[in-house]
Formats: sequence, C-alpha cells, structure tokens
Amino acid sequence: MSRFVFRYFSEVFRPRYEVGQFIRQCYVIGYLSLPLIGITGFIMGLVLTMQLRPSLMSYGVEAQLPVMVSLAIVREIGPVITALIFAGKISSGIGAELGSMKVTEQIDAMEVSGTNPFKYLVVTRVLATTLMLPVLTILSDAISMYGSYLGVNIKGHTSLQLYFIQVFQTLHFGDILPATIKTVFFGFAIGMIGCYKGYNSSKGTEGVGRSANAAVVVSSLLIFIIDLITVQVTDLLGLN
Amino acid sequence: MGQSQTAADKVITIEKLTKSFGTHQVLSGFDLELSRGESIVVLGRSGSGKSVLIKCLIGLHMPDSGSVNVLGNNMLALDQAELDKVRARVGFLFQGNALYDSMTVRENLEFPMRRHMSGVTPADADKRVRETLAHVGLEDTIDMMPAELSGGMQKRIALARTLILHPEIILYDEPTTGLDPITAREISSLMNHTKQTYNTSSIIISHDMKCVEQTADNVAVLVDGRCHALAPYQELARSSDNKVRQFFD
Ligand SMILES: Nc1ncnc2c1ncn2[C@@H]1O[C@H](COP(=O)(O)OP(=O)(O)O)[C@@H](O)[C@H]1O
Ligand SMILES: [Mg+2]
Repeated sequence: MSRFVFRYFSEVFRPRYEVGQFIRQCYVIGYLSLPLIGITGFIMGLVLTMQLRPSLMSYGVEAQLPVMVSLAIVREIGPVITALIFAGKISSGIGAELGSMKVTEQIDAMEVSGTNPFKYLVVTRVLATTLMLPVLTILSDAISMYGSYLGVNIKGHTSLQLYFIQVFQTLHFGDILPATIKTVFFGFAIGMIGCYKGYNSSKGTEGVGRSANAAVVVSSLLIFIIDLITVQVTDLLGLN
Repeated sequence: MGQSQTAADKVITIEKLTKSFGTHQVLSGFDLELSRGESIVVLGRSGSGKSVLIKCLIGLHMPDSGSVNVLGNNMLALDQAELDKVRARVGFLFQGNALYDSMTVRENLEFPMRRHMSGVTPADADKRVRETLAHVGLEDTIDMMPAELSGGMQKRIALARTLILHPEIILYDEPTTGLDPITAREISSLMNHTKQTYNTSSIIISHDMKCVEQTADNVAVLVDGRCHALAPYQELARSSDNKVRQFFD
C-alpha cells in the first residue's frame, strides 16, 4: 500500500499528463455524483433543523437554530456525511471497475499499447476524487443550509436573506478552511483505496466483488480516522 | 518491413528463461527460437506457465534469469521508451480478449494507434480502422460495444486491435479456448490468413489440437518449465514419448 501511494506521488507530476482522461473522470466522479450529494445534503439540513428545534426551544434559544445547524454542518456533518456517501458510490465503483479490468487483462493490454496504466487509470482517478470531494462538500453544505432554512420556516418566518446574514455573522474562516482541507484528505483516501483494491484484485469475478467491498469498508473507516486526526491537528494549531 | 533480412533471421530468441512466483517455480530454463515468418505453437497443460512465458517476452512479467531477445533487443535491459518501441512491433492477443469494455470497437482499435503513433490524422486513423476490420470481416460492428458481440466476434475484434499497428510478431494466448469448434476453426483460418497478409511471425499458445494442426509450423511442448520437445506437428503426433503423447490422446 505504501509503495502504491509512493508510486502515485512519483508519477503524478511526471509527463505524460493524461488530461483528457482526468477531465472525463472529474465528470464521472464529480458531476454525476451531484444529484446524490444534493439530495442527501438537503435532507440532512432539513432533518437536523427539525430535530434540534425542540431542544433549543426548551432552553429558550430557538433564535440560535440557524447558527447551530450551520456550524454543525460546515464543521463536521457536511464533510463526513458527504465523504461517506461519496465513498459508497465512488470507491466501490473504482474498485470494481479497475478490478474487472485487472482480471480481464485490460490493464495488461493498456501496458502493451504504450500506455502507463497507472497514470491513465490510477493517477487520473485519485486526482479527480481529491479535487471533486471538496467541491461537492461545499455544494452539499450550501444545499444543506437551504434545507435548514426551509426547516426553520416550517414553524416561523425568516427571509432567506436574513437567514444567511445570521449564519455568516457567526461562521468564519476558521470554521470553513479546516473542514475543506479535511475533505481533500478524504477525497485522496477514497480514490487511493478504491484504486489500490481494484488494481490488486485477485483472479476471478469473486476477487472483483471483494475488491469493491473492501474499498468501501476501508475508505469509510479511514474517513473517521482522518477526521479524528485533523480535529486534533487543527486544535493544536489553534485554528478553532 | 524487414524483407531484406535472410531466411535464417531470428525474431525471438529465448535462452534459459526462469521465472518463479514466491516458492513456485513456473519456468525453469526454457529455450526457444522463432524465425521470421514462422509460427510456433507452445503446447502445455493449464497452469504450466504458458501465459507467463509469453508475458515475459514483452515485459509484462520480469524473468528471474535467462535472456529474452526480441527483434534484436535485449528485453531485460530496455528503458520504458525503448520497451514501448518494441511493443509497438509485437502484437499480443489476450486469452480473454481484454477489449476495453467502456469503449466502442472503433475506440478500442484507435487506442493503440493514438498511443504508439504520433501525428495520425483522424482520416488516416479511420481508414486504418476500417481496413483492419475488413480483414477480420467485421466492418459493420465499428460503432458497437464489445459486450454486444459474440465470443467469436470479440476474438476477431481483439485480433484487429492487435493488427492495427501492423506488428511483425503476434503472440496468441489460447486464441480458440472457449469457442465452439466451428468458430475455433474460423479463427484458426483467420490466423493463417493474417500470417500471409501481414507477413507476421507468431508464437501461439494452445491445447486445441485442431488449431495446432492448422496453424503450426513447429510445435514446442512445455513440460516442467522447460521446452521438452520441438518438432513439426506430424512428427510429434508419431512420438512415443508419454509427455508428448498426453496431448494427442
Ligand atoms: N501474477 C502472478 N502471481 C503469482 N502467481 C502467478 C502469477 N501469474 C501466474 N502465476 C502462476 O504461474 C503458473 C502458470 O500460470 P499461467 O502461465 O497463467 O498458466 P497457463 O499455462 O495456463 O497459461 C500458475 O500456477 C499461476 O498460479
Ligand atoms: Mg494462460
């Protein structure tokens, strides 16, 4: 595994660059995940708001609802839930795709066709997940907040403008930046694990299924471990 | 290509090739020579290392020791760019075809062209793709996906992809395995037709005796990681050696 990661870094900056393939992967991995990420983000914001309202009401701080919800979403729930869903969709997909390419010798066929399959398949996918997950998370956060705004408005009246003014008065850079950096690592881990499991798939169709499954399990676990580490690091750096 | 060379010209020379995976010794001192224009069939049981052998010839496996010389290049001493140059002159037909299932037939055929040749115009590429498809008799599949084709058609497309760069040598990994007898015979004829049209030399891995008889100039028998016997088909068929007989009975 460490050799795989090392190989990634030694090849990512070296030509030839597979630009066309990279853009295609950004489209497949990023753009085609938008509906899923959007829907889950929306529901997350809405539900979270509805769930938090009774507790906040009992303390008499119902007015803080938008702020509480957006803090929770931006700092923790948005990145982690988005990453988990992304892992479920993308990591398994990459694991299965590369796994079946491996066992049907398509990877060997690329190699004899004058193509570095590691660059063509692995580097482009890992770059795409690393870049796309932060973007998807930011979009998901925004949609979540809209969901939360609707949740607030079920039993009360705030204009969308007022809602966002309230939110952005509290939310500052120190909330957004560490959370976004975190998603870069999440995205990298998800792509890397998917590719590693697929690329090293054992023979037979059974091996492909195992690769896809292991990719989701390992990358989901890694997301929480990275989450734990980054929270400690940002704490130490005083970014909170 | 290469017509100026003599008949004795060797395009592949394998000497004392050994390869093991962990403690499992697959090849233990394999020797073979392939002359220009010759077709050698390598006979061997499943798991005897036939695929490993031909993958060693184009750098898909690294041998542990011995030497492999392909078209005058010592394959064990090449850097990536030199290796790619040799690979452009050697076609490899994979056992499972290895067609890219996310690409159409056209894209499959264009892939090695775009990768190995620079400055091919789209018109040239299209012409070449159609020519090669015509050779394998499947011009009208050009915009289909591999999954829409039958096993025999996939094999033909895979051969077309191998031929698109006009290789001097073709390595066939069990070209008729998994096909019905009639389709298998058609593929064997196509291989002979290809040899005449494109002037190729080939190493063919097979244990389909009909295909062996039809395509082989010489037959090499791979037993225990070595080349146990090398002779024309008819001669081997009369052999009394048990290790050879097992393939004929
Ligand atoms: N990449 C690999 N790693 C470990 N063992 C391998 C690998 N490739 C092939 N082998 C082993 O080498 C032996 C020969 O395989 P192969 O050449 O595919 O057989 P065949 O003659 O049927 O083509 C088998 O026992 C197989 O398990
Ligand atoms: Mg084989």
